[in-house]
Amino acid sequence: MGIIIDKNTRAIVQGITGTQGSFHTKLMLEYGTKIVAGITPGKGGTEIHGVPIYDTVEEAQQKSSADASIIFVPAAFAADAALEALENGIKKVVIITEHIPIKDAVGLMAIAKQAKATIVGPNTPGIVTPDECKLGIMPAHIFKSGGVGMVSRSGTLTYEIAAGMTRNSLGQSTCLGLGGDPITGLNFIDTLKMFASDHQTKAVVLIGEIGGNLEELAAKYIADQKYPKPVVAFIAGRSAPSGKRMGHAGAIVTGKAGTAESKIEAFRKAGVSVAGKPNDVSDLLTKLI
Amino acid sequence: MKLFEYEAKTILAKYGIPTPQGGLATSASQAMEVASKLKPPVVVKAQVLVAGRGKAGGILFASSAEEAETVANKLLNMQIKGIPVKSVWIEEKIQIKKELYFGITTDRFNQSYVAIASAVGGMEIEEIAAKTPEKVIKLLINPEYGFRSFHARLMATKMGYAGNQISELGRVLERLYCVGMDCDAELIEMNPLVETADGKFAAADARIIIDDNALFRHQEFKKRLLEGESELSPQELEAMRNDLAYVKLDGNIGVIGNGAGLVMATLDTLQYYGGKPANFLDVGGGAPSEKTVLALKIVLSDPNVRALFINILGGITRCDEVARGILEAKERVGVTKPMVIRLVGTNEEEGKRILTDAGIHVLESMEEAAQRVVEISKQGGK
Repeated sequence: MGIIIDKNTRAIVQGITGTQGSFHTKLMLEYGTKIVAGITPGKGGTEIHGVPIYDTVEEAQQKSSADASIIFVPAAFAADAALEALENGIKKVVIITEHIPIKDAVGLMAIAKQAKATIVGPNTPGIVTPDECKLGIMPAHIFKSGGVGMVSRSGTLTYEIAAGMTRNSLGQSTCLGLGGDPITGLNFIDTLKMFASDHQTKAVVLIGEIGGNLEELAAKYIADQKYPKPVVAFIAGRSAPSGKRMGHAGAIVTGKAGTAESKIEAFRKAGVSVAGKPNDVSDLLTKLI
Repeated sequence: MKLFEYEAKTILAKYGIPTPQGGLATSASQAMEVASKLKPPVVVKAQVLVAGRGKAGGILFASSAEEAETVANKLLNMQIKGIPVKSVWIEEKIQIKKELYFGITTDRFNQSYVAIASAVGGMEIEEIAAKTPEKVIKLLINPEYGFRSFHARLMATKMGYAGNQISELGRVLERLYCVGMDCDAELIEMNPLVETADGKFAAADARIIIDDNALFRHQEFKKRLLEGESELSPQELEAMRNDLAYVKLDGNIGVIGNGAGLVMATLDTLQYYGGKPANFLDVGGGAPSEKTVLALKIVLSDPNVRALFINILGGITRCDEVARGILEAKERVGVTKPMVIRLVGTNEEEGKRILTDAGIHVLESMEEAAQRVVEISKQGGK
């Protein structure tokens, strides 16, 4: 169980022969992910870590009929790669690549919406359903199968919190990163909806950060829908100054909008427990489940 | 990347958007020359990239070319929010009937661009939205066919215009959208956009922020940015040249970590325990020793730093590699400030051994490490 991916997921890797693509394909295979094909234009007919490589997604699909793709190609070409996957019927696309131009991402998301496809990222560590499938670059050993769904805007901070949960015997159903770029596919609300109907998920951890209003919208959704499962939130960036970009393109406070205070208050009002420090997440969860 | 007003206006003019006639000057005598070619009175505007320029006294008026020289001299010797004014833009003073607002920015939730207009202008749009939300007109742009003439006319009517002025204003709005798309702007606005005494429309001020991720398509701007003509501090510039994310803050604890979210949470944790971070620095994933060396150099070049906090969570990044990097950096950079290191994750044992053998104490818990470094910083870095 878990959301989006499970043990039956069959994935292709676009940009499989690059340094990152090749390295993480090996780790994903070791985790047990079914990687059925890789794409690198010009390297068709060869293979890497036992995975056959094709020049185009079309050819890969004829041979392997995958339902998911993970993308490692450089930013200038990543939107193109994602469109190639969509055009070939792939409905789940994880974009690891960071710093995709906004204009390209906006165009891609409009087409993904029409195709009713799920895009995770760009600039995401990926998604993992522990013990079943990992489409991402996260370190596998910090996760453990269990009942907490995790959704986050950051990578290493998610690892920090997940590792803390695992230490405290709080396993995860699925853990996914929305991505640090300004325009991403899935948002908090989409993910909360999926976790709501997943039987394995008993509680949700939501890790947000400064910038934008996705957290405020999620808080409103939780309150309006009387969300059926307990939610614990952590917001990074309380100490961030206005107008400065804190690493992620999206992490920027402009004027009073996008501040950590605004997000924390929105969650508190919606009845969500907000952790003061990353390690407090586990304590709050233990009290709630 | 923020563009200067003069750059933004030059681009707008190229697209046929009316802007006041003007010219750039880097000296007072040049300012007089520009002003004498225009028909005084003129407006002399400091070219800086910080917001709130007007309130800080960065916009002055002159009724003659001589006076333009005097006020330009004043502005060119001024600092606005700590940024020295290097150039001024001198332009004709236009007869304003009404100030309006029009801009295009991104809407994350809807994964799209959004056009925003208001029949009230001249102040920040956030302020307009807070004071008179009913006057803010928003239109979500469908990425498939963009912001079309009919959208522009619709917004013009909602801004209260009728007759010939609908198409007149509509053309200006539509052209701004084209500029925004062609420049890969994440924000483009005319504020104020003005209705002049003769019923025409012009961009009295313009602001463009280019999407940093699209700078590879705009080499001319990237060049200017890397040459140092920007709002960035020397440390921020050095970091940008080396692909590190660095933000200068005003505290005294230097911070280095891997991953934007983790570094942000690290700053928050320091603040939680009463400490003051001096910076945000994300070395990114992998973090080869070369990068660690650079990161340490940049952080230590800030004279306010009293103590260092290195917070690494090795996922894909291997702790032993990071440990070797820290030692190498220590030797090459000559770190004399006290360091607190928190290192956990992949190959943690080996990493710890390397550092402990070199006499560096390593902590496991982020909270404990944060408390330790806050204590040190309060003792004056002893």
